[in-house]
Amino acid sequence: MDKLETVIGLEVHAQLLTRSKMFCGCSTAFGAAPNSQTCPVCQGMPGVLPVINRSAVELGIRTALALGCRINEHNRFARKHYYYPDMPKNYQISQYEEPLAEHGVLAIEVGGTPRAIGIQRVHLEEDVGKLVHEGALETAPSSTVDFNRAGVPLMEIVSKPELRSPEEAAGYLRALRTILLYLGVCDGNMEEGSLRCDANISLRPPGSQEYGVKVEIKNMNSFRNVQHALEHEVRRQGNALGAGEQVVQETRLWDPERGRTVSMRSKEYAHDYRYFPEPDLPPLRVAAAWVEAIRAGLPELPAARRQRFAATYGLSAYDADLLTQGRALADYFEAAVQAQGRPKAVANWVLNELLRELPADDDRAVAACPIPPQNLAGLLRLIDDGAISGKMAKDVFETMFRSGQDAPSIVAREGLTQVADAGELSRVVDQVLAANPKVVEDWRSGKKAALGFLVGQVMKATQGRANPGLVNRLLGEKLPTG
Amino acid sequence: MLTRLTIEELGARFRRGEATPSQAAAAYLERIAALDGRVKAYLTVTRDTALGQAAAADARLAAGRPLSPLDGVPVAVKDLLCTRGIRTTCGSRILETFVPPYDATVVARLRAAGAVLLGKLNMDEFAMGSSTEHSAFFPTRNPWDLGRVPGGSSGGSAAAAAGDLAAATLGSDTGGSIRQPAAFCGAVGLKPTYGRVSRYGLVAFASSLDQIGPFAKTVADAALVLGVIAGADRRDSTSVDVPVPDYRAALAGGVEGLRVGIPAEYFIEGLDPEVEAAVQTAIAVLRGLGAKTEGVSLPHTRYGLPAYYLIAPAEASSNLARYDGVKYGLRAPGGRHLVEMYGRTRAAGFGAEVKRRILLGAYALSAGYYDAYYGKAQRVRTLIRRDFQQAFERVDVLAAPTTPGVAFRLGEKTDPLQMYLNDILTIPVNLAGLPGVSVPAGFTQAGLPIGLQLIGRPYDEATVLRAAHAYQQATEWHRRKPPLDPAPR
Repeated sequence: MDKLETVIGLEVHAQLLTRSKMFCGCSTAFGAAPNSQTCPVCQGMPGVLPVINRSAVELGIRTALALGCRINEHNRFARKHYYYPDMPKNYQISQYEEPLAEHGVLAIEVGGTPRAIGIQRVHLEEDVGKLVHEGALETAPSSTVDFNRAGVPLMEIVSKPELRSPEEAAGYLRALRTILLYLGVCDGNMEEGSLRCDANISLRPPGSQEYGVKVEIKNMNSFRNVQHALEHEVRRQGNALGAGEQVVQETRLWDPERGRTVSMRSKEYAHDYRYFPEPDLPPLRVAAAWVEAIRAGLPELPAARRQRFAATYGLSAYDADLLTQGRALADYFEAAVQAQGRPKAVANWVLNELLRELPADDDRAVAACPIPPQNLAGLLRLIDDGAISGKMAKDVFETMFRSGQDAPSIVAREGLTQVADAGELSRVVDQVLAANPKVVEDWRSGKKAALGFLVGQVMKATQGRANPGLVNRLLGEKLPTG
Repeated sequence: MLTRLTIEELGARFRRGEATPSQAAAAYLERIAALDGRVKAYLTVTRDTALGQAAAADARLAAGRPLSPLDGVPVAVKDLLCTRGIRTTCGSRILETFVPPYDATVVARLRAAGAVLLGKLNMDEFAMGSSTEHSAFFPTRNPWDLGRVPGGSSGGSAAAAAGDLAAATLGSDTGGSIRQPAAFCGAVGLKPTYGRVSRYGLVAFASSLDQIGPFAKTVADAALVLGVIAGADRRDSTSVDVPVPDYRAALAGGVEGLRVGIPAEYFIEGLDPEVEAAVQTAIAVLRGLGAKTEGVSLPHTRYGLPAYYLIAPAEASSNLARYDGVKYGLRAPGGRHLVEMYGRTRAAGFGAEVKRRILLGAYALSAGYYDAYYGKAQRVRTLIRRDFQQAFERVDVLAAPTTPGVAFRLGEKTDPLQMYLNDILTIPVNLAGLPGVSVPAGFTQAGLPIGLQLIGRPYDEATVLRAAHAYQQATEWHRRKPPLDPAPR
């Protein structure tokens, strides 16, 4: 049997970085005491009405523009009905037939191959609350509801079913997350649920225009999960089809512990959401002037920045890619270059040392880096001036990261200045030569490796502070010629 | 008797120092205590709140600093308007214990104007009904004949205003729920333009149709109350920021030269001949006052009722989804799991009419039927709105009967479809979002009130009120009082 073609579409939910909720003025801050950030509106009490958060719309438009979408001048909210205790009104206010924006594209690169993945739509909606069960759900004697998250603005970005492998899906998600971080519209934290992903996946014979029976997978809270869940589903569906069975249309959950997807609900129980236009909100009119003002405020996006880094700073494509994973890291790099001037040196230090301590794509971590870019530049200047060696600099870097102090203070306090005084070093070299006549003899008889031992001894005598170039020059002068 | 006075007359006595708000409140509370056992307009009487607010009004008026023409005036509101700290049942078991932590915007505006709250008024459960027989607690009775219904769903509000159990009241009108009971009870009932009055804190029945409005003893009083509650509200995105005129001042000027349209489709087969005669006489009165009348056509009128009975239940099925026993109100015991708890709670908490409409609405919205029902009803709505637009290119106001008949007997209409026909002449106005008023325009031989309905352009309540006021100035119907006075003790 021919290998089947994989068809994947992703629905990504991003929690928007607004101060207040989608339809009321309550705070969106994470981690407050249960139900402390609620009001009659987000609790869905009788008689209350929603009011659209302008800032959430703005962040949605910002994202849609970055994804090349067409903004719908006339868009509106709808009600999506289903019963669950975490949903105060038992309907969710979302967008349905007339979303905020449609028809965009996201450029990705997987395994060196560039691909353009279509974006079907970008729309806004409200989040639901959180159920807290006493013990396991099945046996809990009681369950309580925390509505702090209910009403928090969510943006849903739906791709076209144009992803052809789990790797592409993971690549798409990474690229999308990076853009959201650059735009400052979402903090991208998958573990805390600020960024959530559902996937639709089906298989079909190569060349077929028709889609196979699709399965929806939920509950994937990391890039690894997304890729692994989809890989598992490709195998599972492939095996089923290979054995002549039908794939059942259903929703499945990813169980990361067992490494497999499990059925959540089948089509028989598929919801009829009874969508209809939200009568409590007039249609949202997005004026062209507003869109243009938002467009004018868009930051440089990752793809453009990557190209500029390679072109302007002479970095490799690989380095430029890594440095632009997060907006904070790219900003960090540029600030350090501005302060120090040598892009390649800065890139090496950021990529080799800083990224050992910090994830490239975590803007919050990078922004909170204990070494500000100016201090990294200061460290590099000490190397340039010959005040410390590259090897010493790595130790200083460690201390800077732990203490938050700048390089000159650490170097001064620990007396780490490089010994570059020819007179002082000359005396040390003489002592070393005098103490090792056997090695000197070896060198003279042609064992050139003996030189390294002598350099090492000088370094040892100076606790590593000797300027290596100077040591070599002095040894060259003082060693007897053959 | 203070309770017989209009708001204007009562306010004048306050200002002249001939009566105090506390005396007025006490008089109304006494009348409620004496008579409401028979009328049953009130679900909750807020005696302490009323006396406290009246005492504060006494001080303001004594100091010559009234907050508004409503300062110290005893009012009451339909029990679907949220009142902070006062239970708000919506006429339903499912909200029997619900005490809102907030005031509806209109209630807040009444408070800010110094009005005194006497209590909360009975209604058909979740405003679904035309007789106030569908209240989960008890039916309200028509003050003109206690064996008859007051109309609905704002039956308590209409009966209280007509029976002098409050100086004015607030109700809500989704398909006629202010105008129809006003006609049945012989009160003035005004449904403002959709968007004119904030719906924040109005427990929703059908969001795109609901509108709050006043019941009063006179058109002038209704204008005063509208002036207090009207105006945009940032908490209601569907409220519209159109300037609120001085409605009281707008009453002057009469109807000389006013173009009054008579919609042919509102004089239907089955219209009670006594109602038709009274309304024709009322139109003749307007003509006699200098109005020019002409026939107009609203060709899609007959589709109004079916369209309404798809749109309103659809929205209701959505609005009532939140009553699930999880957060507030009734939770029926004994459910072994979530779905059973939902089922038991809603089975016990909702009455038959509410269940009927939820089922109808859920069906109309369900996948596969949306276009055939809800979508088509919305298209009909557009046609009805267009009918009115075209009519209002030729005339300034429309005159018609409010209801096809007069108040019927309690328990008389058992077929829901028969009951729905009551609103056939009021529903199109809601579908089009227009302002409409019902004013007393005569009585049947049996002594039951008849209502004249006047309909205006969007946001043109002023013209509707002016025409109604001119009519009222020329007639005496609104001065008649129901035979309610307590038997001598």
